[in-house]
Amino acid sequence: MAISYDEVEVGTELPVATYGVTRGQLVQYCGASGDFNIIHWNERFANAVGLPGVIAHGMFTMATAGRLITDWAGDPGAVLEYGVRFSSMVPVPDDDTGTTLIVSGKVEDKLDGKRVQVSITARCGESKVLSQARAVVQLA
Amino acid sequence: MPLNRAFIGREYPFAPPFEVGRELIRHFALAIGDNNPISHDVAAAQAAGHPDLVAPPTFLTTLTFRRDASPIGDPDLDLDYSLVVHGEQRFVLHRPVYAGDVLSGRTTVTDIRDVGRNEAMVLETAVLAADGEQVATTTMTMISRGTAAPKAS
Repeated sequence: MAISYDEVEVGTELPVATYGVTRGQLVQYCGASGDFNIIHWNERFANAVGLPGVIAHGMFTMATAGRLITDWAGDPGAVLEYGVRFSSMVPVPDDDTGTTLIVSGKVEDKLDGKRVQVSITARCGESKVLSQARAVVQLA
Repeated sequence: MPLNRAFIGREYPFAPPFEVGRELIRHFALAIGDNNPISHDVAAAQAAGHPDLVAPPTFLTTLTFRRDASPIGDPDLDLDYSLVVHGEQRFVLHRPVYAGDVLSGRTTVTDIRDVGRNEAMVLETAVLAADGEQVATTTMTMISRGTAAPKAS
């Protein structure tokens, strides 16, 4: 199930994954993370501070993109380093479907100790929502 | 209003220690849609060689909000949290975070600077286990939208 270091090469692509994001998930993430910033659940307030509506927590997007890596590696403990820049907001409309994040990744380098460096791309519609997203992952 | 630059260099040790429970890991994993049994089922985690449930890699972000160990809520900082968006985030995990961990550490304000009309505040958090073992370092850059002091033209 877990992918092994010997199976991957520089350029190996992680399977592309699509993740839905609804208002309900943002509320759930508020509770689980403790980040109750009002812009993540109150449209009226989000508009008043100049946002395009309720937006997803950056950390929700980062965590979702992280699932691509941990699902690929097979173990949530396999991530040794993970860093991103939040390059675009993820507005989440108030309907049943919300929005969609499309996440892909690629092995950029093979390191010693069966570690690999992976780059991640996350898009919402036409926007690239993460930039310089990279992780160092321990493989079996 | 610009952020109070006197906060640069301030340190916020977190106390009491942050106790990582199994239910908090499950709750967080559920909220991010992560159904990996290693974060939910103790037997599965142990079968994969871990002592207990493993937290997803971004789990330590919860520290920012669950301990009064940051300047975010300090009125003297002049931060309006509703103007904040997340700029950058980085985790260096020396080992996974496990259920049962009793974590201590401190957050340091390493920088506050103008970025155009916005301001960036950088918080670095060192996380240690009960025995002093380094668990993680997290670096968070927050963007305070539109609060930079007007530039002289």
